[in-house]
Amino acid sequence: MIQILIFSLITAIVFFIAGKKFWRIRRNILLGQAKDVSGDVGQRLKNMTLVAFGQKKMFKRFIPALFHLFIYVAFLFTTLELVEILIDGFTGHHRFFATILGGFYTFLISFVEGLSVLAFIATVIFLSRRNLLKLPRFTKAEMLGWPTKDGNLILIFEIILLVAIFTMNGADTVLQNRDVAHYPDIGNLLVSSWLGPMLFDGLSTNTVIIIERIGWWMHLLMVYGFMLYLPFSKHLHIFLAFPNVFYASLKPRGEMENMESIMNEVKSMMGLVEDTPVDDDMSELPSFGAKDVFDLSWKSLMDAYTCTECGRCTSVCPANQTGKKLSPRKIMMDVRDRVEEVATKIDLQEEGCKIDKEKTLAKDNFDDSKSLFDYISKEEIHACTTCNACVEACPVMIDPLEIILDLRRYEILTESAGPTDWMPMFNSIENNGAVWQLPNSRAEWKDS
Amino acid sequence: MEDQLINVPLYADVIAAGKRPEILFWVGCAGSFDARAQKVSKAFAKLLNHAGVDFAILGDEEACTGDPARRAGNEFLFQMSALQNIEVLNGYEVQKIVTACPHCFNTLKNEYPALGGNYEVIHHTTLLHQLFEEGKLSVEGGNFKGKKITYHDSCYLGRVNGVYEIPRKLLEQLDVELVEMKRCKTNGLCCGAGGAQMFKEDEPGDKRINIERVEEALETGAQSIAANCPFCLTMLGDGLKEKEQQEKLNVYDISELILQSIQ
Repeated sequence: MIQILIFSLITAIVFFIAGKKFWRIRRNILLGQAKDVSGDVGQRLKNMTLVAFGQKKMFKRFIPALFHLFIYVAFLFTTLELVEILIDGFTGHHRFFATILGGFYTFLISFVEGLSVLAFIATVIFLSRRNLLKLPRFTKAEMLGWPTKDGNLILIFEIILLVAIFTMNGADTVLQNRDVAHYPDIGNLLVSSWLGPMLFDGLSTNTVIIIERIGWWMHLLMVYGFMLYLPFSKHLHIFLAFPNVFYASLKPRGEMENMESIMNEVKSMMGLVEDTPVDDDMSELPSFGAKDVFDLSWKSLMDAYTCTECGRCTSVCPANQTGKKLSPRKIMMDVRDRVEEVATKIDLQEEGCKIDKEKTLAKDNFDDSKSLFDYISKEEIHACTTCNACVEACPVMIDPLEIILDLRRYEILTESAGPTDWMPMFNSIENNGAVWQLPNSRAEWKDS
Repeated sequence: MEDQLINVPLYADVIAAGKRPEILFWVGCAGSFDARAQKVSKAFAKLLNHAGVDFAILGDEEACTGDPARRAGNEFLFQMSALQNIEVLNGYEVQKIVTACPHCFNTLKNEYPALGGNYEVIHHTTLLHQLFEEGKLSVEGGNFKGKKITYHDSCYLGRVNGVYEIPRKLLEQLDVELVEMKRCKTNGLCCGAGGAQMFKEDEPGDKRINIERVEEALETGAQSIAANCPFCLTMLGDGLKEKEQQEKLNVYDISELILQSIQ
C-alpha cells in the first residue's frame, strides 16, 4: 500500500513538472512567426511515416543507421513494459499483460529482451565512437562542453535503463522458478531465463525479491529522469522528429520563401498593379529578414529544438569541410540557445527587457538589446553556397538554409550592409540587367 | 561541325515575322557574357541547329533571373529583375524555356510561378537527351569513345532539382567510361560558386571549395570533367589552373562533349 502511495506521488510530480517543461517548449516554438503549413496532408503523413517512423533518411549512412534503429525499436517496444510498470505501480497487479496475452506475452517480452541486447551493443558502440574514435563531427568547436556531455549522458542513461530491465526480468524469472506467490510463471524469456538464474540463483528468495524491486524502480526512475531531462537536452528529437517531418516544407527545394510585401511594392513601383494603398506611416522603418528568433518562422524554431546535434549536415557542408567557420549544426544550436535565453527572460519577467514597462514581457514587448547575431557571426552566414547539402543530409528534415537566408535578408535589406564584393553585382543587375557590368549586347556571343 | 555558322534568331524577329518559336533558349548572364560560357551557348545552339529545333533567344530583352541577388538576401533586386523578365516572357506568351544554366533553370522553374510566371522549363541536358531519344541527334564512335570521364553534379540541377540520371545517360550515348567521384549524386560536392559566392572572395578557411573538388576529380584518373553549369565550369577550370593540372584534366559542358563527338 505504501509502495502504491509513493509511486503515485512520484508519478504525479514527474508528470506535472515534465508537462510544464514541454508546454514551455511549445510556447517557445510559438515565439516564431506564423507559417502556412496547409497543403497535402496525405503527403505529409507519408513523409512522417517514411522519414520519421521509418528512418528513411538515416539509412543514407547504413551502419550508424542500423545501430540507431536497434535503440529506436527497443525504445518503442520497451514502452510495453513501461505501461505494465505503471499498471503495477497504481494497482499492485504484477505483469498485467501476462494473464491477458498468455504465450504471446512471452514472445513479446523475449522480443524486447532481444532488442535490448542489440540496443546495449549499439549504445556501447556509440559511446566508443564519441569517446575513443573521436569522430570529427562529434568533436567540432560547437560540440565542446555541454553538448558533448549531453550526448554521453543520454547514452549512459540508456545503459543504466537496460541494466535495470535485465535485473528486473532476471530476478523475476528466478522468483517464477521458485513458485513465489505474486510472480506467475510467464514462460521462458530469451535472455533473462538463463541470465537471471546465472546471477541470482544462489541468493535467498527475499534478497531476490528486493533485487527485482530495485530493477523495477530503477527502470521506472530512469524513465522519469529521462522525461525530466529531455527538455534540457538535445534528445528531444525522439518526440519532435515526428511533427518536424510532418510540417516540413512540401515546396520544391529550390524555391525560396517569396516575400510578398516586397513583391507587391515592386509591382506597384513598376506600375503593374493599380491603386495600391500607400502606407504613409514612415515613423517606423520596415524590417525584413530575421534579426532575432521572433523573426524566424515557428518551423525554424521547431527545427532548432528537433536538432539532435548528429552533425551530418556539418560533415557535408562544403564551407565547413574547407575550414570555414560556417557549421549548419551550430546555426541550429545557436537558434535554440537564443530561444532558451529569451524564454528564460520571459519566464522571469525581467523588467529591463520590456519595451513598454506597463505591459508584461512577451514576444511583442521584448528587447534585451541582443539578437541572433550575438550568436551567429556574419562571417558564418556569408560562407554559405546554398548548395542544400545540409538540407539533404538531415535525417529529420531540418532546414538550416532557411535560417541562413533569413539572416542574410536582414543584413542586406534592413541594415543595407553585406559583403562589399556583392555591391558591384547588385549595381550591375539593377542598371544593366546582368551580373557583370559590360557594355556589350546580350546577343553578341552568337556572332563572335 | 564545330566550325559551322550558327543560326540564332531573336524572339522579337520571329514574332515580327508572324511565327512563334517552339522553345525559348534562355542564355543567362554567364552564357551571354562569360568567355568560357559563351562557348557553351554556341555549342548548344549548334546542336539545336543540327537537330532542327525551332528556337529563339531574347537577346537584350533578357535580364538576370535574379538568382544571385535573392540568395545573397537582396529580395528587392530579385523582385525587380524577375518581374521585369516575367513581363517580357508573358508579353511574348512564352510556353517553353530551355537553359544551359542550372541557376536560371531553378529560378525560372521554381520561383517565377509565385510571381506570376508559369512556363515549362527544362535544362539543356534534358532537351539534348530528348533529341537523342527522338533520333534527331546521334553519335557513332566519337571523340570520347572509351575515354575516362567524370561527371560533376551541379547543386541546382542535382540536389535541388533531382536531375541525376539524364546527364549520365547523355554520357552513355557518347560511349565514355564514366568514373564517379567519391562524392556524387545526392552527396555531390558544390563547386563553391552558389549562393552568390561566385561574386565574392571566400571567407577565411583552409582551402577553397573548388580546390577540394578538383582534387577529388583528379583522384578518379579521368581525362575530362563533364559539367552542366557555367559557374561550375569557371570554378573547376580555375581550380585546375591553380593546381597546374589543366593539361591533365579539362572541363567541358556536356553539350560541348556531344558537339565534339558529332563530326
